[in-house]
Parts: sequence; structure tokens; C-alpha cells
Amino acid sequence: MTGAPISRGFRGRGGGTNSRVPPGQHLVEDFPVLSAGPTPPVDLANWRLSLDDGDSPLAEWTWQQFLALPQTDLTVDIHCVTTWSKLDTHWKGVSIDTLLEAAGLTEPPQPYVLAHCDGGYTTNIPAEDLLDGKAMIAFEFEGEELDPEHGGPARLLVPHLYFWKSAKWVQKLQFVDPEIPGFWEENGYHIYGDPWREQRYDGD
Amino acid sequence: MTATETASATAPKKQWLTATVREVIDETPRVRSLVLDVPGWPGHRAGQHVDVRLTAPDGYQAQRSYSIASAPVENAITLTIEMLPDGEVSSYLAGEARVGDMFELRGPIGGYFVWTPDLDGPLFLVAGGSGVVPLMAILRERAIRKAPQPATLLFSSRSYEDIIYRAELDTLAGEGSGLRIFHTLTRGAPAGWTGQTRRIDAGMLSEIGFAPGRMPRIFVCGPTPLVESVARTLRDLGHSPKLIKTERFGPTGR
Repeated sequence: MTGAPISRGFRGRGGGTNSRVPPGQHLVEDFPVLSAGPTPPVDLANWRLSLDDGDSPLAEWTWQQFLALPQTDLTVDIHCVTTWSKLDTHWKGVSIDTLLEAAGLTEPPQPYVLAHCDGGYTTNIPAEDLLDGKAMIAFEFEGEELDPEHGGPARLLVPHLYFWKSAKWVQKLQFVDPEIPGFWEENGYHIYGDPWREQRYDGD
Repeated sequence: MTATETASATAPKKQWLTATVREVIDETPRVRSLVLDVPGWPGHRAGQHVDVRLTAPDGYQAQRSYSIASAPVENAITLTIEMLPDGEVSSYLAGEARVGDMFELRGPIGGYFVWTPDLDGPLFLVAGGSGVVPLMAILRERAIRKAPQPATLLFSSRSYEDIIYRAELDTLAGEGSGLRIFHTLTRGAPAGWTGQTRRIDAGMLSEIGFAPGRMPRIFVCGPTPLVESVARTLRDLGHSPKLIKTERFGPTGR
């Protein structure tokens, strides 16, 4: 921070600092969309969510089976690496704790997770970052079913990491060891992505 | 969407570099280009972006991402910025900034929405408004490197006055360039306008774009509703989602 050149004439908005906004972020009221390719078509009849231990299937749910699992409401702030943050967003979904329990697991079989999505997108997260109510497979946003462009019918939600970790159109959580970098992580983004430590890009 | 096209080794931390405004170019009433001197700039590929950081005299900082408009071989970095209502950073860059002013940037960022002349297949670019900026880097690169791939740009603007890079695009699409440019104006056209006047739709995309069998590489950039609609329509027309790369900006309108 020290030594940054002053941008002559720049005053900023002067809106004060909000202790809930990580460094380098600004608040938005809308909900920007960022995806690398087209939004995949939704077909709930063929929708599946699965857990794999490496290459071995652990559990799989159809849309109806998934909706029959215990549901959780979550009110959280979300932070995108492109510097927008959004406060007090409301989600409904099934926590990863619940999924593990439904699969008959007491703990993650491997220390890392690679999330796989419709369209081929992947992202990696340490398994413990998904536990203890910190993450869910979300299917409702602000009381309405999740829009396809925001990842509907269901997306991973890991609000304490930059939002590219909250993979849209999620289909499979694969437990792996060692960690496997996902799509953006292979493309120069940070392996972990903590907004409070500004872990935006590889090397940050 | 393969993640292997640009695998990156573990990189050093991206440094904030000081950029000094060398030249200011008014592109349209609401859009300006800033040509920057950035000592230490490591180079970029067409389609990549940078993070810009402004610092106020009281230490307040604001940070945003902007696409690079210049081709990699040009001896400067050009950013083209649209003034957004309430845009804290864009109003400075597209309004206040003058030659000699300084701010910071770091990059290049993004290894996915990029094009290099060694990629085969025709190039189909679809832009809405300032979404043309990273596509302009691609077109400039294609021209400078004399890349042989045929290219088509379909560019949706609000009005004739809002067409960014209008004169330069005309020049780039000159005889023998292999580049065709189609404009559509969504909020009224001047007298004598012979281009399209409606939002980009399936008819326009199939008529103007390359046939799916030619496996064009498609880059779509613009406001979210346009990108959503265009990408979905292209997929419905038979283009492989793997060949459609998208970049979106702005509010979703909901």
C-alpha cells in the first residue's frame, strides 16, 4: 500500500469503510453474472448430484431425492474476485454436512474436493472448508428458485471464499488427495481464494 | 471448456505497476481510451484484462477490472473505459483522468478468454457496447500479425454515435482483410442506415456467423442479458459450447 501513486483528482465515493467488506472490494446491489461459457440447459429429469471418493462412487441423488434431504437456510455475504461484494444474501439448500451424513460418512474420505459442473467447469476446495455449516448445495436465492444464469437448478455455495469457488450447475463433489487445481485455478487464479487475504491470483 | 489450454506454473505474485496516462482518446460521448505507459509491463495476450487501483490523497483506494484494448505487440497498453452511472472508478478514468495522471495496475489476468494467431478456425466475435474492447485487442492482433483466419464481428450498439472504434473498425475491415463487420443499432438509426436495427437474434447469428461445421472460435462479450441470449442461441444453432467463450459485465437487470 505504501508508495502507491496518488491518482490526481480521484476522491472516491467517500462512503466510509464497512468492516464486512474485504480489502479491494466494493458493494453492489445487483447480482452480476460471470461464467466462462454458455449457461447449460436445465433438465431436472436427468439431474444428478453425486459424491465420489476418487473414482469410486459414494452416493448419488436425483432432483427429487436431493429435495427430500433436510434443508438449511443461510444468510451470508458473498465476494467475487472481480471486486464486487454483496451483503446479506439469502440462500436455501442442503448443507455438505447433510450430504455426507446421507451418504453414511462421518467425515470426508479425502482432504480435498474437486467440484465438477455441467459444462465441464471445475474448482477445488479443501474438504474442511465445506463442513460445519460453512457450505451447501443451494437451490434457492432470495426465496426464489435459483436462476440458470446464477447456477440453477443448484450450485455449490462456499461464501467465505471468492465466489468462483461457489461452482454453478454443480453435479459432483469428488474427494481427492492430493489437491487438483480446478478451471480458474489452472488459469492463474489462487489455489485457495480467501477474500480477506486478497488471494486473487496465483502467487498472491 | 478445457482447463489445459493455458496451464500456468506457480507464478510470482503479480506486482502493482505504476501507469502514466500518455494519451486520451475520446471514442464516443461516453467512452474514452487511455493509452498508458507502464514500465515493467510483462506483456499480454489479446483478450486479457488488468486490475486497476486508484488511490485518493487521503489513502482511500478503489479497484476494478478492465479489458485491454491494445494488441500485445503495441508499445503501450490501452484501456477503453465506458462511463457508468455512479461508476466510482469509471467516472474517474473516463472523465477526470488527463495526460500525465497516474494510477496502478497489475496483470495481465485471465488465460481463458484469449486468442492468438496460432489458433486455427475462423473467428466469430459478438460484442455488445463496450464488450467490444477485448475483441478489439483480438482484431488488432489479427491485423498486425496478418493472421489468415477469416473473421466476422457482429457489434450491437445503442446508436450510431455510440459505436466504439467506428472508424478504426472500418479501416480494419478494408479490402483483402478477411474481416467482415456487421453493426446493429438497438435504439434508433440515422437516416440512410443500411445495417441492422434490432437486438441480436437467431436469424442474425445464423446469417452472419460461420456455419457450425466450420468450427469457428466464438468470443462473446457484453452485458449479461446479451451474452446469455447470444450464447444460448449459438448453442441452439449447433455450435459446440466448448468453442464459445463468454465474458459478461454490468448488472443483470434483476
